[in-house]
Amino acid sequence: MSGTGLYVDGVTVTFDGFRALNALSLVVEPGELRAVIGPNGAGKTTMMDVITGKTRPDTGIVRFAGRDLTKLDEAAIATLGIGRKFQKPTVFDALTVFENLELALKAPRGPIACLRWVLAGAARARIEAIMEQIGLAARREDLAGLLSHGQRQWLEIGMLLMQEPDLLLVDEPVAGMTDHETEQTAALLRGIAGTRSVVVVEHDLEFVRALDCRVTVLHEGSVLSEGSITHVQADPRVIEVYLGR
Amino acid sequence: MNRRLALLLCVLALAALPAFNALPAEHPLHVPDFLVSVVGKWICYAILALAIDLAWGYAGILSLGHGAFFALGGYAIGMHLMRLIGPRGVYGHPVLPDFMVFLGYTELPWYWLGFDWFAFAFLMALFVPGLLALVVGWLAFRSRITGVYLSIITQAMTYALMLAFFRNDMGFGGNNGFTDFKELLGMPLNTGATRAVLFYASLATLVLVFWGSAHLTQTKLGRVLTAIRDAESRTRFLGYNVTQHKLFVFVLSAMIAGLAGALYVPQVGIINPSEFSPGNSIEAVVWVAFGGRGTLVGAVLGAFSVNALKTWLTSVAPDLWLIVLGLLFVIVTLLLPKGLVGLLRRRGS
Repeated sequence: MSGTGLYVDGVTVTFDGFRALNALSLVVEPGELRAVIGPNGAGKTTMMDVITGKTRPDTGIVRFAGRDLTKLDEAAIATLGIGRKFQKPTVFDALTVFENLELALKAPRGPIACLRWVLAGAARARIEAIMEQIGLAARREDLAGLLSHGQRQWLEIGMLLMQEPDLLLVDEPVAGMTDHETEQTAALLRGIAGTRSVVVVEHDLEFVRALDCRVTVLHEGSVLSEGSITHVQADPRVIEVYLGR
Repeated sequence: MNRRLALLLCVLALAALPAFNALPAEHPLHVPDFLVSVVGKWICYAILALAIDLAWGYAGILSLGHGAFFALGGYAIGMHLMRLIGPRGVYGHPVLPDFMVFLGYTELPWYWLGFDWFAFAFLMALFVPGLLALVVGWLAFRSRITGVYLSIITQAMTYALMLAFFRNDMGFGGNNGFTDFKELLGMPLNTGATRAVLFYASLATLVLVFWGSAHLTQTKLGRVLTAIRDAESRTRFLGYNVTQHKLFVFVLSAMIAGLAGALYVPQVGIINPSEFSPGNSIEAVVWVAFGGRGTLVGAVLGAFSVNALKTWLTSVAPDLWLIVLGLLFVIVTLLLPKGLVGLLRRRGS
């Protein structure tokens, strides 16, 4: 599975006359890792909202897996294979790491199905693999409430991965993390990309550098610059609106 | 395992009560009749507490109306007991119960049909509470009514039912309810042997409900319910139909409460609309809170300990009971959020 690409084309969103997105166009290749940066109010979160169906654009289309996402609701978009990690980690504190991942596993979701659910070997192996990937295998039996902030973020990423998304949207994953955790998160996201597309919205430039990927700089709702981190940091327009301040 | 052994010993100790009751009165180990009937009642309360704990402790649905499901179960079996009186009533009417003769009924209302059969009445004791929970729950959960708003709705439900059952023209005996029962399944109700049979039936039900609930909470459904309790919208976001899951546990819980009521009424020999009073439902929630919600042992422990306290206190200082009950709730909420079980566990570790 190499994922499917994301095409954002000419998307404009206005809130009470304020243009949050202004003819935004963006292409994310299948399996690509992409960082999106920009000053506050540049439209990063609105872009995520449009892709996940939380906000409907005034004009423009968002194409993914052959469908126009602007015509679908949140649940349909999630089923189509787009997972979103919000800034604040929300894992189930009273359940263990393993149980959290088990709940996120693709499986029949009705009450009776859950009552009769037996964890089969393949599903168990999948949970094991994800625990390994997010670096929490040693803490499988620990309650999620006992994890550190960074570990909770990883658990949440793991829960998203359990749903086997083709595109992962990650909103400010390293806010509040220690330097060590930040490094590990960058490695985790680099590892996830390749099999799936990953879009990371982030403020922390050190982290973006560690991601070692293509960077898109947003400003006033459209793309200001795009390229490697070295390229955008050298771009005079970027320096003027964002980095120079 | 130690815990299992402790539970088994508790069940055996309870099971010994009617046996010691059967000893001659002058025997030093003789257990008085009243103790058997009072503990039999507590067992029914413990079943009700388990029902509340499943909904509240595990799924976060704080129902303040479970007394209504309990009472409906009691009324269903009470109707059967009334039918069994037959022509032995005070008025000696061949078909109608006393209260209907008194109120000038000429024939049996249609909704009394079928209650001549125990099996039908027993099924109704489960079905009617379950149906009510399904309707109320569906309306509430579908509109995403949670927390204190849901609690208020369930209080209103039990209050409305109390007012309805007070009415003579409902055909359920008005404020006198049903009493003067004679027999059940061919056994006269006022004998020690029947008391023992009802006691054992209740105890067996408690064990069965406990075992079933323990199993349910260990399944993935139990974990989904915990997830709903702690972060409902997050669970919905994971793709779970939260309404369905909450309805499932709410209906199941109401049916267990109905079962408890059905076991209770033959033992106390009376059912009337005061069983619907909002205070009863709140008291039952206090048992669970006191014992420790979210643990099945806690619910049972709470039902037994609070009711033991009530039985003792209402005999020595009846006026103090409500004050003590209120204090108990405040103390538990402030100092023992995990109840008695939490306290015991803290001691243990």
